[in-house]
Amino acid sequence: MTEQQTQENLQGRVALVTGASRGIGRAIAVELGRRGATVIGTATSESGAQKITEGLREAGVEGQGMQLNVTDADSIAQVLKTITDEQGAPTILVNNAGITQDNIMMRMKEEEWDSVMDTNLKSVYRMSKACLRAMTKARWGRIINISSVVATMGNMGQANYAAAKAGMEGFTKSLARELGSRNITVNAVAPGFIATDMTEVLPEEQKEFLIKQVPLGRLGKPEEIAAAVGFLASEPAAYITGETLHVNGGMNMR
Amino acid sequence: MSTIEERVKKIVAEQLGVKEEEIQNSSSFVEDLGADSLDTVELVMALEEEFETEIPDEEAEKITTVQEAVDYVNAHQ
Repeated sequence: MTEQQTQENLQGRVALVTGASRGIGRAIAVELGRRGATVIGTATSESGAQKITEGLREAGVEGQGMQLNVTDADSIAQVLKTITDEQGAPTILVNNAGITQDNIMMRMKEEEWDSVMDTNLKSVYRMSKACLRAMTKARWGRIINISSVVATMGNMGQANYAAAKAGMEGFTKSLARELGSRNITVNAVAPGFIATDMTEVLPEEQKEFLIKQVPLGRLGKPEEIAAAVGFLASEPAAYITGETLHVNGGMNMR
Repeated sequence: MSTIEERVKKIVAEQLGVKEEEIQNSSSFVEDLGADSLDTVELVMALEEEFETEIPDEEAEKITTVQEAVDYVNAHQ
């Protein structure tokens, strides 16, 4: 093994990826596993968890799927305890689980606002807090939050989603400052338009319009987001913290 | 068998990187021993492990000196 490969190796580490049954989360789980981590992927349903277990096995990755509701602190505590007992405490956390409830502001219901905030933002608080004890003890940790290009650009009909994702980026920077002394890095990855179930539902017309704004002229692949996450989790990325890595085909250059 | 006081001081020394002989019962973790807010949280974690107890956050915030830690452990053994 070359030195570079050794450094990128996540052997012996346990990674926890929320929302891993499909799309970007699934690709991240496989990528971290490919780098040697034991991966726990979570889904809201038992069938989703089962799918993750099978997907990881097919990819030759050690780990399993588990059912988890990121809006429920008890569910989080229970799952964390099981993982810690069976595989060891996670020191890599990828907060990927998220939903959309799009609506223009004048029609947006309070439930639509609240559910997106709870699932996409408050969940990050809950998950991070639950994992920090083990990370500070280990004097090593990686928290990677999956944001979105809309956190910086905004998007019509997504005031709730954009607010949650922008909140996530502020959270990322604050936590990075709090935990730097314990060798825990906290970063975000902000995907542009990626070919997943979440973007599949957009009208064809809107997709074409969006692609026109991407210099690379296509949607991104989930694997291209996973590669960025894998890098941030790796040893060579040890000096990067509080950063948001933009992976968007150039649609939002900063 | 070490006394509770000795065990507490040993943990404080390890966690905060100070010499045991520098630690007085009246020593404040932050004022005298140079702990920051994260150090005090980790100190409580270490005490929880050593004495196999769970210290609720409201209680943990009141433990600011060596003596207070010893008192807490004595009261919850």
